[in-house]
Amino acid sequence: MYTMVLSILHRATGLFLSACGFLYVAWLAAAALGPDAYARAVECLSSLPARLVLAVGLAAFWYHLFAGIRHFAWDAGYGFEKPTARRSGAIVLILAAGAFAATLLLTPAGRFLAGVP
Amino acid sequence: MSGRAGSASRHWRNQRLTAIALVPLGLWFLASLLRQPALDYATVSGWFAKPLQAFLAALFGAALLWHSMQGVQVVIEDYVGGRLRGTTIRVVRLLHVVAAVALAFAILRLAQGGVS
Repeated sequence: MYTMVLSILHRATGLFLSACGFLYVAWLAAAALGPDAYARAVECLSSLPARLVLAVGLAAFWYHLFAGIRHFAWDAGYGFEKPTARRSGAIVLILAAGAFAATLLLTPAGRFLAGVP
Repeated sequence: MSGRAGSASRHWRNQRLTAIALVPLGLWFLASLLRQPALDYATVSGWFAKPLQAFLAALFGAALLWHSMQGVQVVIEDYVGGRLRGTTIRVVRLLHVVAAVALAFAILRLAQGGVS
């Protein structure tokens, strides 16, 4: 059950990051269009709902990264046994939560997303 | 290999290749983004005006969009059935191609120093 939830979470974060990928393109396109278009894009991205989306995107990035590395181990034939899979799943969750908290609270852009001065 | 099995295994292999590429590229992008003192126009256009940074941004975007397309396609194949499946995949693929073209133009322009 718990490993199944993690597997679904890998897909869900992947879909969310796909949407963030389109945001990345839109952000670069706005910058390429010039200062005015870029200022409008940043204004949109600074609203509370957008900051929430970006913060979830940051969490999704870390989870998908560590869970993806866990998938590499499975592809190579390691870690399929149930106790190992449960343990590696817990490690992925802890690493993702730690990396998310660190990037959110310790970097200028992260603190902006979190609304921390 | 040919046919569905060959195409499926190629899909599987390509998804792993883009995943491997995205580990360093994703970390590079996030680290660069979070390290910027501000995200105003001058900072961002200055960032991508550097050739290496523009190249990495293009590489990251290409790997991201390719990996995204493959991942979303797998999800569609698992949850969307019937005639809607093919249509949905084609629409999603078109969106990704449009995004890739927009990305290429945007980065080329930013690499040339953007709008002055």
